[in-house]
Amino acid sequence: MTASLSQIRNFSIIAHIDHGKSTLADRLIQQTGGLTAREMSEQVLDNMDIEKERGITIKSQTVRLDYTASDGKVYVLNLMDTPGHVDFAYEVSRSLAACEGALLVVDAAQGVEAQTLANVYQSIEHDHIIVPVINKVDLPAAEPERVKAQIEDVIGISTDDAVMTSAKTGLGIGDVLEAIVKFIPPPKGDFDAPLKAMLVDSWYDPYLGVVILVRVIDGKLVKGQEIMMMAAGTKHLVDRVGVFRPKIEVIDALGPGEIGFITAQIKEVAQTNVGDTITDAKKPTAHALPGFKEVQPVVFCGLFPVDAAEFEKLRDSLGRLRLNDASFSFETESSAALGFGFRCGFLGLLHLEIIQERLTREYDLDLITTAPSVVYKMLLRDGREIELHNPSDMPDPSTIELIEEPWIEATIFTPDEYLGSILKLCQDRRGIQKNLTYVGGRAQITYELPLNEVVFDFYDRLKSISRGYASFDYHQIGHREGDLVKMSIMVNAEPVDALSMIVHRGAAEARGRHMCERMKDLIPRHLFKIPIQAAIGGKVIARETIAAMRKDVTAKCYGGDISRKKKLLDKQKEGKKRMRQYGSVDIPQEAFIAALRMGDDK
Amino acid sequence: MPDLEPLAVYIHWPFCVSKCPYCDFNSHVRATIDEAGWRDALLADLAFEAALLPGRRVTSIFFGGGTPSLMDPATTGAVIDAVARHWSLDADCEITLEANPNSVEAARFAGYARAGFGRVSLGLQALDDAALKQLGRAHSVREGLAALDIAQAHFGRVSFDLIYDRPGQTRAAWEAELARALGFGTEHLSLYQLTIEPSTAFARLHADGKLVLPDADTSADLFELTQAMTAAAGLPAYEVSNHARPGAASRHNLAYWRYDDYIGVGPGAHGRRLATATERHKKPENWISALAATGSGLNVEAPLDAETRATEALLMGLRLAHGIDAAHFAARTGRTLEATIDTAARDRLVAQGMIEARTDRLQLTPQGRPVVNAVLAALHR
Ligand SMILES: Nc1nc2c(ncn2[C@@H]2O[C@H](COP(=O)(O)OP(=O)(O)O)[C@@H](O)[C@H]2O)c(=O)[nH]1
Ligand SMILES: [Mg+2]
Repeated sequence: MTASLSQIRNFSIIAHIDHGKSTLADRLIQQTGGLTAREMSEQVLDNMDIEKERGITIKSQTVRLDYTASDGKVYVLNLMDTPGHVDFAYEVSRSLAACEGALLVVDAAQGVEAQTLANVYQSIEHDHIIVPVINKVDLPAAEPERVKAQIEDVIGISTDDAVMTSAKTGLGIGDVLEAIVKFIPPPKGDFDAPLKAMLVDSWYDPYLGVVILVRVIDGKLVKGQEIMMMAAGTKHLVDRVGVFRPKIEVIDALGPGEIGFITAQIKEVAQTNVGDTITDAKKPTAHALPGFKEVQPVVFCGLFPVDAAEFEKLRDSLGRLRLNDASFSFETESSAALGFGFRCGFLGLLHLEIIQERLTREYDLDLITTAPSVVYKMLLRDGREIELHNPSDMPDPSTIELIEEPWIEATIFTPDEYLGSILKLCQDRRGIQKNLTYVGGRAQITYELPLNEVVFDFYDRLKSISRGYASFDYHQIGHREGDLVKMSIMVNAEPVDALSMIVHRGAAEARGRHMCERMKDLIPRHLFKIPIQAAIGGKVIARETIAAMRKDVTAKCYGGDISRKKKLLDKQKEGKKRMRQYGSVDIPQEAFIAALRMGDDK
Repeated sequence: MPDLEPLAVYIHWPFCVSKCPYCDFNSHVRATIDEAGWRDALLADLAFEAALLPGRRVTSIFFGGGTPSLMDPATTGAVIDAVARHWSLDADCEITLEANPNSVEAARFAGYARAGFGRVSLGLQALDDAALKQLGRAHSVREGLAALDIAQAHFGRVSFDLIYDRPGQTRAAWEAELARALGFGTEHLSLYQLTIEPSTAFARLHADGKLVLPDADTSADLFELTQAMTAAAGLPAYEVSNHARPGAASRHNLAYWRYDDYIGVGPGAHGRRLATATERHKKPENWISALAATGSGLNVEAPLDAETRATEALLMGLRLAHGIDAAHFAARTGRTLEATIDTAARDRLVAQGMIEARTDRLQLTPQGRPVVNAVLAALHR
């Protein structure tokens, strides 16, 4: 038996990070009996260790809840918890496409933030009915009325039906459930039409193989059915149909409007295209769904094993991570400084950090990460167009007709008092101001910025100048021509490829000076003096010198206790192992990343 | 007699009146000490070593601590006599006592001289009362210099220690202090830069930012100044921190640096003999009970393979101004110097002016001496 359309509600929860999305989801599950209080671990839906620790949601999650409403009827509620961070905006977009409405969770003390806005606009684009939920009303600093007014002002949606909750104490959770039933429309669909379902997401499960999350539009999905992926053109036999409660439950069939999963003996996630239309192989639908745009990595960096012997292990681990996350890419790369490694593409800096952290943690790898870079498009004099993912591959400037770099439109929310320094930061990063409005003591700024100015340390800087109060979100707005040059860093007269970067000509000198200063602090003194230079082409634009070491001597010799001196020598040699030899200079591994953290930016 | 293998003997007396805040040597403060019991224990520990090493000639005996000048001169005499009974003493055998420069101990100097000591090493540490106080020393400059006078009257060979590169010490202040020190006319000086040793009182203060050492450049300046002044005064460095008139180097310490055999008797004492590293129980009570149970205070007795011996000989030998004698090195370690070092690094270091390498000798240049640790790390294979 599949659920009747009028008794289904599909909704996602959207919010700025930390406004309580996951806590609210857990409460909804608890209240509808999906899990007993005992089974509720910290946050049920954030499965991965990293998600739990950082308190962020990376993967979307789906849960089916059975809810007996005040009208006495039993409703099937499909909840989709979505990631809040911009790097995972594509995940949000897919989840939204599978729903008819959304709960917009806003922190009653903090009010609207940048991601609130970014997510809510996406939701509006999907024609969703939006139910505002003012959360954390238990906080002493809560100002629900002010926040409601702000939502009306900034977003322009009515808050007459807004629900007041404390996901922490459980206050208002029943009201949320009622509001879902009352305001979010049931899905439409045709039981008798040929199967049409959307492939929302897929991932690899060690026990089940590839699991496919689907939203059925028309028709039915049953075990034993032969299905066809319309874009891929492949056919598979469905061997399992089920839902998450949030534990897996196998059911007979999924009907129109329902969200659930199937398995079909598929070995690799790569065989499933997110956004594809699933239909019945024998009785296909006439019209495929529009599909999603394929996600493209926007930030690239090199990942190298500290221990060259771990190269194969790194390849293996990247391969395994990709099984579950088709949104990052990798290909082998070799560097004179760092040996063999991989050039990897990510959706953003957070995505980069997460993959890097998972490699270190789950696969026990020691890694060196090189400067993040964006994708440049180049038109060469000979008419060829190329994409550049790695500054080391930059062609000879004389062969380049023009270079284009990716731009973004950034939205920043900030308390008034930090506005001045934030505008200056955006200006310094070649930003173009588009809009500036004030809403209740806060400013909303829109800027166009080159992405390469953002991948550095923009986010860290923004957080530090606003003491963490500014929020930030962006989307890409295409490539634009720029006066860009490759800057190399030379240590003891040898270029260190892992440190070369593409910068705007106007910013090159400042950045070069900064890089030289950072490297000067990061490379320990040697027995000889070491010049550090930043250069464009053959021209040196900045220079620092590390003075030769003057003293490194143990004064006392501890009587006859030689073993103690030997330990000292062993320690010193151990320290050397954590360095990369570059010519006759030892560069500490941390330096490659640390050099990019601009620290006290000027 | 010159045909016999040489041996250096170290005796450790682990007690102090109080613990100095920079010191991480094996020292203990006890209310009462059963001196006769301790004498017998030291003699037993010594006899244990003697049984393993028959037919040696003893080139030096060194009483260190702790504070060995708290021992009754008769106790030291008994130990020296025992050494002489177990082995033959070189005609010019160097017998040194480490002593604190205070009036109580100085009063016993005549007794020590009669017991057989020919050399004394005084822990003067500073010629500045404020600095002495900071270093936790019980004596004043005046008292220290009085003890130095008495020492010079009783012992043919006198050395004293100074600690420099102290918090707040300027170049001018050290220059004056060292000039004064050189004026006392001793044949030997140990000049140590203050080092923060882990788990000392100074280490804690240092970690809390309450003890600030001179910066690296000042400290390098002070080191260079020290080299220049001592050389000009006729007491050039023969080791990183040790300075002597020609022929007045400490024979005992040279045994360590040349990687000759030495035994260490008493709590926490280290030895290197018969290609074996020895270490006595550190805690006095444990050492005593080990002696009673096993006939020696040994806690560790670890054979050293050729590779380890070579590493140790390299890191000790490089500290000497004279450097490492390749033939002696091979004889002591069973490995050639050439096989112990990274020869490519050696050639680089020669080009950089850090070392001089001949077939028969490897030594630091004056430029390499202040960075001996870095040179060593580069050189060692
Ligand atoms: N005081 C209070 N804290 C809450 C409430 N809801 C969530 N939190 C806390 O806010 C933090 C962020 O919540 P989380 O659900 O992880 O936010 P998410 O990033 O939107 O998923 C956590 O520490 C929660 O315990 C609430 O209603 N009241
Ligand atoms: Mg969350």
